Amino acid sequence: MESTGLGWMAWTWQTAAFFIFIAAALIAMGIWERYAPGGNPRRGAFGIDTTRGDRLFISLLAAAFVHLLWLAFIGTPLWGATLLSAGLAVLVFRYV
Amino acid sequence: MSGRTPNQKAWWLVLPVVVLVAFNAVIPLMTVVNYSVQETFGDNQFFFEGVTWFEQILHSSRFHEALQRQLLFTAIVLAIELPLGVAIALAMPRRGAWASVCLVLMAMPLLIPWNVVGAMWNILALPDIGLLGHSLNAMGFDYNFTRQPLSAWLTLITMDVWHWTSLVVLLAYAGLSAIPNAFYQAARIDGASGWAVFCFIQLPKMKRVLMIAVLLRFMDSFMIYTEAIVLTGGGPGNATSLLSIDLVKIALGQFDLGPAAAMSLIYFLIILLLSWVFYTVMTRDEPQ
Repeated sequence: MESTGLGWMAWTWQTAAFFIFIAAALIAMGIWERYAPGGNPRRGAFGIDTTRGDRLFISLLAAAFVHLLWLAFIGTPLWGATLLSAGLAVLVFRYV
Repeated sequence: MSGRTPNQKAWWLVLPVVVLVAFNAVIPLMTVVNYSVQETFGDNQFFFEGVTWFEQILHSSRFHEALQRQLLFTAIVLAIELPLGVAIALAMPRRGAWASVCLVLMAMPLLIPWNVVGAMWNILALPDIGLLGHSLNAMGFDYNFTRQPLSAWLTLITMDVWHWTSLVVLLAYAGLSAIPNAFYQAARIDGASGWAVFCFIQLPKMKRVLMIAVLLRFMDSFMIYTEAIVLTGGGPGNATSLLSIDLVKIALGQFDLGPAAAMSLIYFLIILLLSWVFYTVMTRDEPQ
């Protein structure tokens, strides 16, 4: 076990990569919005009104629970959960 | 370029809020995420553990039991406070001096600090000297909230109902006050019963405020800590150890910061999911 003390916030490269991914997703959404304004609102599957931002939120929340459930019932490694979450995100952006 | 916002000055106006939220929410949350994948023995030394703490919490019977207690507590208080709050709001006078008196009386429990509410109910419910506890025992009930789990639960729920039903009352009252008189006149002309007026006029018009009430009461009751820790301290045994009490025991009692951080994140995700579900379900039929 290596020491990863990176200041009082106790950063690790893994958690930094996670937050960089979240920030990149938000920036990408901002750029998308600039080129296609309005958020593409629609009533999708389950009768829920969503914009692009809502769909990103649903995808991220679903990804968190997919990983937790995978960990609870299958265990490590979590690559399967990550692939499943990515597939779920595609479905959410396409149909919800 | 018609879709672009012509004036970008608004960004500077929201900047202070963004900075404030970053410092009081985002940075602490990031730190919790960092702690949740590491072990620390103090002295700012951390050792990477991956998802070990999440696995441990997800398989912990202690966490499952605390979560079940928490869900049960929240379901019971929501089931009592919402109908009771709406019923009281319906019974309150709409105008005149009594309306102000009722509003002030209703607001009073909300003004009392949470630790004082816990201390008040603790003293009130003590079986030997408390007014409530002593009276119940004098009437022949076997009541002791420091020793009996059922008594502890009843006291905790009664305390929460006393403290927070007022919030539902005030929100429902605001919703009822916003209904124009013309709706009631039309209902009277049609010969609608009191129940029909409630179902087809008052309840639909209160929908938005009741949604806020459900969300606020759900989140607050799911995160209840102060009143419960002062009243029962999580006991007797672990009978009233709700999620937040268990979390503090792990974080500050045992100083297991990694498992406590993992538990905090799971707790946060459950609140986020349930709040989103409540909000989505309750706003689903509204026009865009």
